[in-house]
Amino acid sequence: MDNAIYNYALRMGDTCLILSHRLAERCSNGPFLEEDIAMTNISLDLLGGADLFLSLAAEVEGEGRSADDLAYRRNERQYYNHLLAERPNKNFAHVMMRQFLHDALLHPLYTGLKLSKNEHLAGIAEKGVKESAYHIRHSSMWIVRLGKGTDDSKEKLQDALDDLWTYTGEMFEYNDEEATLAKDGVIPSFEELKTTWLKTVKEVFNEAGLEVPKDKWMATGGRQGVHSEFLGHMIAEMQYLPRAYPDAKW
Amino acid sequence: MSEVKDNQGPLWEVFIQSKNNLPYKHAGSVHAFDGEMALQNARDLYTRRGEGRAIWVVPSNQIISSVPTDEDSFFDPSDDKIYRHPTFYTVKEGVKNM
Repeated sequence: MDNAIYNYALRMGDTCLILSHRLAERCSNGPFLEEDIAMTNISLDLLGGADLFLSLAAEVEGEGRSADDLAYRRNERQYYNHLLAERPNKNFAHVMMRQFLHDALLHPLYTGLKLSKNEHLAGIAEKGVKESAYHIRHSSMWIVRLGKGTDDSKEKLQDALDDLWTYTGEMFEYNDEEATLAKDGVIPSFEELKTTWLKTVKEVFNEAGLEVPKDKWMATGGRQGVHSEFLGHMIAEMQYLPRAYPDAKW
Repeated sequence: MSEVKDNQGPLWEVFIQSKNNLPYKHAGSVHAFDGEMALQNARDLYTRRGEGRAIWVVPSNQIISSVPTDEDSFFDPSDDKIYRHPTFYTVKEGVKNM
């Protein structure tokens, strides 16, 4: 089994799945109907991405597990999502900030992954790049709008940025395995992604009148399966049905 | 009764073009606070299943509409002039979108 591809597919699949579920939790709680639908659409796009990455992981593993098995029958410690994705929903500004920080990574990541020497990864990216282009257009619009909105909206947004910034470092962490994948042209380089990501977020924050937090300690652990206290609760809810009725079909 | 404030933003009418060169057709309406948001909301509501290639959004209050009392003077006179209807032509086979 190709461990490097398996682990990378899990990292990306889990991040998309967990963020998708966070957005799904917001369903029917949007600020107004149209935005509620927009967020749920984005959640579904992310779920589609998760399905593709986890299917690839299952295939590479070759032990007869499916994407659903990986999503619904692993425990918290076996999840490798970025910690940013599991941060709980607080308010609309917070949700949009989490989304934007993630979108600003995912779009250039898919753009780079389209050129992957691994045809499965390139195929996933082919689809993802179009969706993520729309996602970042949507979330960056909200960042600018809320930043330039009322004192209240700006304060909530800045609070969200200060709160979430510490979870952004991990998105660019990589190990030797991933360094080799990047060198071999299988995945985009994390260093280059970070440069692009920083440029994007600084531009948008500048336009929105937000202050980029000073460099500080960055949280880590998601990629080792060490999560915040929030993931277990979320997974318990997400996995309840398949766990309670393991062979149910619907 | 106190007035209920609608905080969902103004209404926009959405027109979708399903293929190049076809006319835009009214699809429905969305709430949004500006044009870009109206476009995005329209995209999410009306084009998620391959319905279109292009979208127009127009502020609903910019649309000038006839009123029901205009009905007689506007529309009735055409009823008895069948020569205005191109029903005497045959449409060639293979012509689409007439």
